[in-house]
Amino acid sequence: MLKGRQKSGTPFYTDFWFWVKTVIFVVFLLFLVYPFSTLIYNSFFSSKAEGFTLYNFQRFFTRKYYNSALGNSLQISLIPTIFSVLIGVPMAYLMTRFNIWGKTVWHVLIILSLMCPPFLGAYSWVILFGNAGIVTQWASNLFGFDMPSIYGLGGCCAVFTLKLFPYVYLYVSGAMGSIDRSVEECAENLGSGKLRRMLTVTVPVVMPSIAAGALMVFMTALADFGTPGILAGGNFRTLPVLIYDEYLSETGGNANLASAISMVIVVISLLILFIQKWWVARRNYQMSALRPPAVAEYHGLPRFLVTLPVAIVTLIAFLPQAVVVFCSFVKTNYSNFVFSEGFTLEHYAELGRSLTTNIRNSFVFSTVAIVFILILGILMSYVIVRRRGRTGGALDMLMMAPYVIPGSVLGLCYIVAFNNMGRTADGTVIRLTGTASIIIISMIIRKMPYTVRSGSAFLMQMDPSIEEASINLGVSPMKTFAKVTVRMMLPGVLSGAIISWVTCINELSTSIMLYTGKTATITVASYTAIVRNSVGTGAALASILTLTSGALLLIFFRVSKGKVSIV
Amino acid sequence: MSHAVIIDKAVKRYGDFQAVNGISLTIKPGEFFTLLGPSGCGKTTLLRMIAGFNTVDGGEIRFDDSVINNVPAHKRDIGMVFQNYAIFPHLNVTDNVAYGLKARKVPNAEIGPRVMEALKMVQIDHLATRKPNELSGGQQQRVALARAFVIEPSVLLMDEPLSNLDAKLRVQMRTTIKKLQRRLGITTVYVTHDQEEALAISDRIAVMKEGNIMQVGAPEEIYRKPANPFVANFIGVSNFIDCDVNASGGKAEVTIEGKYHISMPANQAYQGAAILSARPEQLFLSDKGIPGVITLALFLGDFVQYEIRLENDQVIELNEYTKDTDSTRAVGENVFVDFNPRQVSLYKKDSQEVLSC
Repeated sequence: MLKGRQKSGTPFYTDFWFWVKTVIFVVFLLFLVYPFSTLIYNSFFSSKAEGFTLYNFQRFFTRKYYNSALGNSLQISLIPTIFSVLIGVPMAYLMTRFNIWGKTVWHVLIILSLMCPPFLGAYSWVILFGNAGIVTQWASNLFGFDMPSIYGLGGCCAVFTLKLFPYVYLYVSGAMGSIDRSVEECAENLGSGKLRRMLTVTVPVVMPSIAAGALMVFMTALADFGTPGILAGGNFRTLPVLIYDEYLSETGGNANLASAISMVIVVISLLILFIQKWWVARRNYQMSALRPPAVAEYHGLPRFLVTLPVAIVTLIAFLPQAVVVFCSFVKTNYSNFVFSEGFTLEHYAELGRSLTTNIRNSFVFSTVAIVFILILGILMSYVIVRRRGRTGGALDMLMMAPYVIPGSVLGLCYIVAFNNMGRTADGTVIRLTGTASIIIISMIIRKMPYTVRSGSAFLMQMDPSIEEASINLGVSPMKTFAKVTVRMMLPGVLSGAIISWVTCINELSTSIMLYTGKTATITVASYTAIVRNSVGTGAALASILTLTSGALLLIFFRVSKGKVSIV
Repeated sequence: MSHAVIIDKAVKRYGDFQAVNGISLTIKPGEFFTLLGPSGCGKTTLLRMIAGFNTVDGGEIRFDDSVINNVPAHKRDIGMVFQNYAIFPHLNVTDNVAYGLKARKVPNAEIGPRVMEALKMVQIDHLATRKPNELSGGQQQRVALARAFVIEPSVLLMDEPLSNLDAKLRVQMRTTIKKLQRRLGITTVYVTHDQEEALAISDRIAVMKEGNIMQVGAPEEIYRKPANPFVANFIGVSNFIDCDVNASGGKAEVTIEGKYHISMPANQAYQGAAILSARPEQLFLSDKGIPGVITLALFLGDFVQYEIRLENDQVIELNEYTKDTDSTRAVGENVFVDFNPRQVSLYKKDSQEVLSC
């Protein structure tokens, strides 16, 4: 026994993880810290002023054109947040406490409607309630009734609420399922009635989850580009749209001002994040349900009555997906759907003729991104959970940056940082922008958190002694990592990766900033088709997104077996 | 082939905190050796130093003559049973047990029979194809055991292996482990905080406290002759009674509460305050001795447990076996508590050093 040189093994093993940490750090430095720093730097310069200046910020806060967008952004974030809580919490309560008919179906539909790109929802509401929308026409022809306009603030808020309340629902139903039954029984035993019990025990206990869900709603709505892009009638602009316009519209090209606007969004996000964390930190209740709460068994009419609201909300939330798929088979006359002439496959034929590149791009980019996400995600989960230290903690924080940096801002970061990286010997500009790589990199940076979070959650539940048992039985630490650790993290990592994948495919706000003709993805093509009123093609492309997302989510449910939270 | 494990002034530090405080121990080949102590005493830390999961920050750990301080864990050829079994959840019982054999490149033809034999030894050969989630706690424990000894390690380590089992199974499994260890003759280091388990299973025990060894000895020696009040109280139950001692010439004159005088054998000359340590079953009611009054009498079947308040208001515990008496004493009765001076222990009050022989 005890052959083998002394001091072999352990130092190499330590080295390996040192290099892993270094490589991941370099990736984040290069593609997150550096571009973001460049953006901050840029925001303090202007062609209109000498040297270091606050000109951009001054302009932003004094011109109505800009600061009204700030007001709009805050409104379309705050109002849907409030409504999402009002819808999401009761939904979670009904779904966790009553024997709703078709519970699984509703649950899956809610998740599916969350996972599809938001602009799709906006688009279907336009199809239904737009100026030439189906319902609008129908209402005015039949009843002479003028529907309220879907464009502007109201429309955006409605779309975001229906699209994003699932965040609140998912967080809160998770928490409601983990309140131990005895807590509520105790409240009842102490003389609280049902409603009083709900308000004094149940709701406060799930408050942190409500806050977590509300935060996600706020952040997503604030960062979203596609929805206000489609529903921004007239003068209604939000900050992400403004960033896009400032830099990319024909009249724009002012990266400095766009950078300053980006800074404003990031500061708002950070502020909201800190407020939420500060608020939750004082109200965090650790609960581990030994006995999950009872599910009330209703029959007949009462069961119907508890199912009805769930069904109505879910179907309305899911309606956009259905409408888009339906419309992709409807004939069009220029920019309108013509419902009287039956169905057609012409939109799909059109995709085959001219848009195969976009479809291929979407799948190739997201697949390449997911390979990197998987590898980095596995290593990063391990570093964060098992070899945390200072670097691990720092990585954990860096990885969360995409939560406060909206997609369009990251896109702008990449433009200012990588548009001109010097010249080659023959004078051509070296740039990463316009390449497929930059889109793939943005996908990796933005979508990796899903994989790392579920991977590290799995690893955290895994007893370290299982890895030690393997080492103890004579398998080296490196081999143990491959044979045992990775194998056991796999369900978590894979489920997370599927969610990363879905969100990569549905990604719009960064790629809209970074695409060129050659690198446009389905979402970009679909979005541009829609804003150019090429509605049939847009619907067909969007249907492909919806169906792909649906298929991937079904795989997710198989792989995760209910053990991985989607949010 | 089993080895001696020699721990020589081993030190483990966590920042400023010294978890293992320069411990020296020699564990003989084939011995069943237990590290016993309350939680936080450093017993698991020391075990993990032997296993290679904790670095040795000072001193040496040797297997026979070879220093293993820097041998990586996977090359130490040690079997280990973990507190929560650490069964690989993705492998069935057979594959779990075969894991270490495969890592050792044992020929496939040999693996099957060896796994089967190991499973038979722990009486779970009928569960060979089960997945871990289809096993009870006790069965998982048996898999962990089989997996550890099937590789025929030179040393077997066990980290509180029975603490997650229910009381009845715990007693059953400790017999299984003891018999298995006898049969295989592997040097075994066992960690537990359960003194009864340690007494039942060990050849020798090291009682630990705050990173130090308080006493090393056979179970009976530790129980009968605890080296200090900590051991006396941690192993079994002890009453500590203040007394004055005047010892010289191998004999100690003990005075309790200035009233009761008794003489005991002593290992050194000493004069001053001392502590008399007596277990409940070493005390008996008599017509002479330390005066007190019965404040509680619990009839427990084979014995009666009395609480007796002495005149200095100290309450002591005394067990009287039902077979030795005809009736239980009444609460409130005045009694005298006596003991056999050769059975109890005597310690210096200040240094806690043992005075009795």
